[in-house]
Amino acid sequence: MSDAETVAGILDIAAAVLLVVAALLTLAAAIGLWRFPDPLSRLHAATKPQILGLILVVVAIALSARSATVLLLLVPVVALQLLTAPISAHMVGRAGYRNGDFDPSTLEVDELAADVDSAPGGELPGGAWEDEAAP
Amino acid sequence: MTLLTVLWMLAGGLATVAVLLVLARIITGPTLIDRLIASDVMLTTLILVVGAEMVISGHTRTIPLMVVLAATGILGSVAVARFVSRAGAEPTGAQPDESQQTGAETALPSPEGGDDERR
Repeated sequence: MSDAETVAGILDIAAAVLLVVAALLTLAAAIGLWRFPDPLSRLHAATKPQILGLILVVVAIALSARSATVLLLLVPVVALQLLTAPISAHMVGRAGYRNGDFDPSTLEVDELAADVDSAPGGELPGGAWEDEAAP
Repeated sequence: MTLLTVLWMLAGGLATVAVLLVLARIITGPTLIDRLIASDVMLTTLILVVGAEMVISGHTRTIPLMVVLAATGILGSVAVARFVSRAGAEPTGAQPDESQQTGAETALPSPEGGDDERR
C-alpha cells in the first residue's frame, strides 16, 4: 500500500467519523425534543445540529472530495445557515413567549416581563402587544 | 464489512432513529410551536443526510441542494412564527368591546378590522 493510499484511507475514515458525530448531534436534538418540558427549552436542543452538525458534515464532504472547488461551494452553505438560523430561532422564541408556551417557574430571570408590563395593554399570554406591522 | 462501512451504517442508523423521534414529536407535539421546532430539526437532518449521502457515494452533485435548503429553510419557520403570534393574540381579542371602551389610549384606526383582514 503506497503512502498516498494510506492518507486517502485515513481521510475517508475521518470523514466517516465526522458523519457519525453529526448523526449523534441530530439524535441528541431529537431526544431533547422529548426530554425538555416546554417549547422554549426544546428550542435550545433543536439548535445544536443546525450549526455544529452542518459544519461537521461540510468538513466531511471536503475531506472525502479533496477539491478546492468543492470547498468553495461548501462555504455558502455554512454562511447561509449561520445567517438564517439565529433569525428563525429568534422568531420562534418570540412567538413562543407571546403565546405563553413556557413554564415561568423554570425561568431564572424574565427580563422581557418588565417591558411587556410597561407597554400599553401588554399582558401575557397573547396580550395586546403592539406589533411592528401595526400603524 | 470494513470499518468504513460500519461507520456509515452507524451514522445512517442514528439519523434514522433521530428522524423517527422528530416525526413523532411533529405528530404528537402539543403546541404549534413544538411542531414548528420539530420540523426545523427535520429540515436540518435532511440537509445533514444529503451531505452524508455525498460522502458515502463519493460524489458532489447535490451540493446545490444543500445551498438551497440552507437558504430557504428560514422562510417556513418565520412565516409560521408570524402566523402563530397572530393566532395567539386571538383569545384576548374575545373581549374586544371592553378594551375598545376602557382603553381609550389605544385609539388605533380600527385595529380589529385591519387585523381580521390580515388573518
